[in-house]
Amino acid sequence: MLSGYDTGGYWCELQGHSHHALPACIELERRLDGFSIAELKKRSNAATREFMTLGVTFTVYSNRDQIDRILPFDVIPRVIPGVEWERLEAGVIQRVAAMNAFLGDIYGKQRALKDGIIPAELVLGNANYRKEMQDLPVPHGTYIHVCGTDIVRGKDGKFRVLEDNGRTPSGVSYVVENRHLMQRAFPDLVHDLPIRPVSNYGQKLAEALSQIAPAGVDDPQIVLLSPGAYNSAYFEHIFLAREMGVPLVEGRDLTVEKDRVFMKTVGGLAPVHVIYRRLNDDFLDPEVFRPDSMLGVAGLMRAYRKGNVALANAVGTGVADDKAVYAYIPRLIRYYLSEEPIIDNVETHICREPEGLKFTLDRMESLVVKPVGESGGYGVVIGPRVSKRELAEARELLTANPANYISQPMIELSVSPTLCGRAIEPRHVDLRPFTVTGKSSWVLPGGLTRVALRKGSLIVNSSQGGGSKDTWILG
Amino acid sequence: MAKLLARFADCVFWMARYTERANSLARVLDVNQAYSQDAHGVRNWQSILTFYADEAAFAELYKQVSAEAVIAFYATDPRNPSSIRSCLRQARENARTIRPLISTEMWSQLNALHRKIKPLKTSSVTSKNLSSFATTIKEGCETHVGITLETFYRDEAWHFYLLGQQLERADQTTRLLDVKFAQLQAGAAEMGSATDVSQWNALLRAAAGFQAYRRRHPVTAMSPQSVAHFLLLNPLFPRSLLSSVNQASEALNALRRDSGLGTGLRAQKHLRAFQSALLDLDIDEVLARGMGETMDWIQRELNRTSDLVAQEFFGRA
Repeated sequence: MLSGYDTGGYWCELQGHSHHALPACIELERRLDGFSIAELKKRSNAATREFMTLGVTFTVYSNRDQIDRILPFDVIPRVIPGVEWERLEAGVIQRVAAMNAFLGDIYGKQRALKDGIIPAELVLGNANYRKEMQDLPVPHGTYIHVCGTDIVRGKDGKFRVLEDNGRTPSGVSYVVENRHLMQRAFPDLVHDLPIRPVSNYGQKLAEALSQIAPAGVDDPQIVLLSPGAYNSAYFEHIFLAREMGVPLVEGRDLTVEKDRVFMKTVGGLAPVHVIYRRLNDDFLDPEVFRPDSMLGVAGLMRAYRKGNVALANAVGTGVADDKAVYAYIPRLIRYYLSEEPIIDNVETHICREPEGLKFTLDRMESLVVKPVGESGGYGVVIGPRVSKRELAEARELLTANPANYISQPMIELSVSPTLCGRAIEPRHVDLRPFTVTGKSSWVLPGGLTRVALRKGSLIVNSSQGGGSKDTWILG
Repeated sequence: MAKLLARFADCVFWMARYTERANSLARVLDVNQAYSQDAHGVRNWQSILTFYADEAAFAELYKQVSAEAVIAFYATDPRNPSSIRSCLRQARENARTIRPLISTEMWSQLNALHRKIKPLKTSSVTSKNLSSFATTIKEGCETHVGITLETFYRDEAWHFYLLGQQLERADQTTRLLDVKFAQLQAGAAEMGSATDVSQWNALLRAAAGFQAYRRRHPVTAMSPQSVAHFLLLNPLFPRSLLSSVNQASEALNALRRDSGLGTGLRAQKHLRAFQSALLDLDIDEVLARGMGETMDWIQRELNRTSDLVAQEFFGRA
C-alpha cells in the first residue's frame, strides 16, 4: 500500500527517515496493507457523509450565507509512541505551569518584570494585558484552564513548540469525533490496539471546572458561554456542553443581579457558579470592555471580582500566549520553575528588539514572518515561498511596525502519509495537545493533528484549507 | 428546580411545531391533490391559500393561482417562510441550537432530512410527483417523532416538545377539516354522491385516521357529522383536536407540577377552560351554524394558549 510512498526528505510520522515503519507503527502499516486505495476511498467518503449528517462542522460565512463545512478528515491515523508522548505530556504541563505562574506574577507582584526577565512594556503595554485582573486571586492560581499547545516536528525529528493558545483554544471536539468515526468506519484498523482513549475529555473538563467554583458551593452550576450559532467553533461549543451535560448559554441567557450571575430558565432565574467561556475578553462585559458587545453580560466582571463566579479561562490570559511573549517562555520556565524546558521553542526573533529586527530584515527570504496579533495563519509570510514583490510588501509592513512581528526559521514540518485522490502522499502535519488544569493538570492523550492537504503547503489551519487526522498514542 | 434555559424551551417547542407543521402541510397538499383530481381545479388550490391566510404573501410571489404555483409555494419555495422546506429549515435550526439537549439520533435524522430537501428547486415538486414528495416528508417527520419518543430525555424539555407538537397538531387538524367544509359549502349539491364519499375518505386518510374511523364507525356511511365529530372530538384518535388539546394540557400540568414554580398558571387555566368548552361542543349545532365561526374560535383559543406559553415560560413579550 505504501509502495512508491516517498517522504521527500522530511521526517515522516510513520517511517521517520527510514523507508519502513517505525516500531510503533509496524502493526498499523501491516493493517493498512490489507486495504486497497479504492476501499480507503470508499470508507473515507462514508466518513465524510457521516460527518455531514452528524453536523460535525465549522461555520464559514460569505455574503451572509451560512455555509457549514466539515473539517476534511484523513483516514490514515498519525501515531505517537507512548514513551515519546509522555515526554510531550510533561513538556506541555510544564509550559502551562510556567504560564500560570507568569500570569499570577504579572497580575500580582510583577517580580519577573522587576528582575528584568521579560521587558515590562511587552507585558504592561500588551493589548491583552487586563488591568482589571491586577491583584485578583484566582482559584489554585490557575488562569489557563484549557490550553492548546501547537507543536511541530522538524527534519531532525525533534518536537518543538510553535505557539501557545491560552485563551479559548479550539479543536478538541474533532479529536474526540475523529476517534469515534475511526472506530465506526475502521473497526478492522483499530481493534485490539492499545490506543489511549480520548472520550473522557468532557468529564475531565467538568471536573476541573468544578474545582474552581466559588468557595462554599458544593454542587456548582457550570455553563458554557458561546457567542452563538454564528461562531465558527459553534459545533465545538455544542459538543463540549453536551459532553459535560451543562447548558450552552449565550450572553442573553445570563443576567447579573447583586453581583451574582443567573441564567434565565423556564422556572425563573437560576444561579450560575462557573462559566467556561468561549468568548474573548473584549466581549465579556460591556460595562468593562467593549461597550458595544451584544454577546456578553453586563456586570459579569463585578461578579467575577467579588468571587461569586469563576471564569475559565480567566480574564487576561492573552498576554501569556502572545506570539511576542512566546519567545520568553523558556526563560520563564527556568525563572518560575527552576527547570529546563522539556520541549524547546522554535528559534524566534523578536522584531521589536533591534537585533531581532536586523536579523529578520537580513534574512527575510529564508524566514517565516508572523504578525503577533493575528490568529488562524492570517498575515503569515513564508519567505522561501513568496514572490519578490510579496516579500518587498512584507518588508514594508515590518519596517513600519516592527513590534507587531516575530520571525522564525522555516520549519520543515514533518509529514504523515495521507490519502490524496488516488494515492498515498506525504502531507505536512502539526499537533495540538489539550491541557486541562483545575487543581492540577491533565493532558488529553494525543490531540489534534492538523494536516495541510494541499501539496507542499505548510499551513494547516482549518480556515486555510487544512484537515485533520486521528492521533493515536500507542502503548 | 427547573434548569432548562428559557431560550432552549422556546427552541424545543418550535422544533416540534415546525416538524409537525411540515408533516401536516404535506398531508394537506396531498389530500387537496386528491380533491382537485375530482373536480374544480383552481378553486380548490385557492382554498388552501385562504385557510392559511396566505393570499397576500402568495400574490407577491406568483401571478396566478394554479396547482403548480400553490404546490411550489407550499412545498419548496424558500421565500415562503411557511413552506415545507422553510419549516424543515427552521426545525433544523432550532434543533441545532438545542443539540446539547436532544439526542444525537434526533439531531442526525432532522439534519439529514433537511439536507435531503434543501437542494430541491422551486420547480422540483409538481402535481405529478407531489404524492411521493409528500410521502417523503410524512415519513421523515414521523421518523423524527418516533426517534424522539424513543430517545428524548423526559424532563421539562420533553413536555415543551409535546406542548409544541400538540398545539400545532390541534391547529393543523382543524385546518384540514376546514378545507373540506369549505368544499362542502361551495358544492353542497354533491353531498352524498360518490365523489363526496371519496372526498371524506381522502380527508380521513390525510389525517391518518381512516382505519381509526372505521373501527369507531364500522358500517355507517360517512356523514359530515360523524367525520367532523371524529376529527374534532374523538378523545382516542391521536390526531383529533380534543386528543391534542388533552395532551397539550397534560404537558402543561406536568410542567407546572415538575418545575415546582409559579410559572405557566395563565396558560394552564386558559387551556383547561378551552378543554371543557370543547367537551360541551355539539357537532350538529356547529354544522347548522357553519364551521367557519367555530373554526375561528378554535384558532383564537389555540393562538392565545401559544402566546401565554411564550410569555410565561420563554420570557417573550
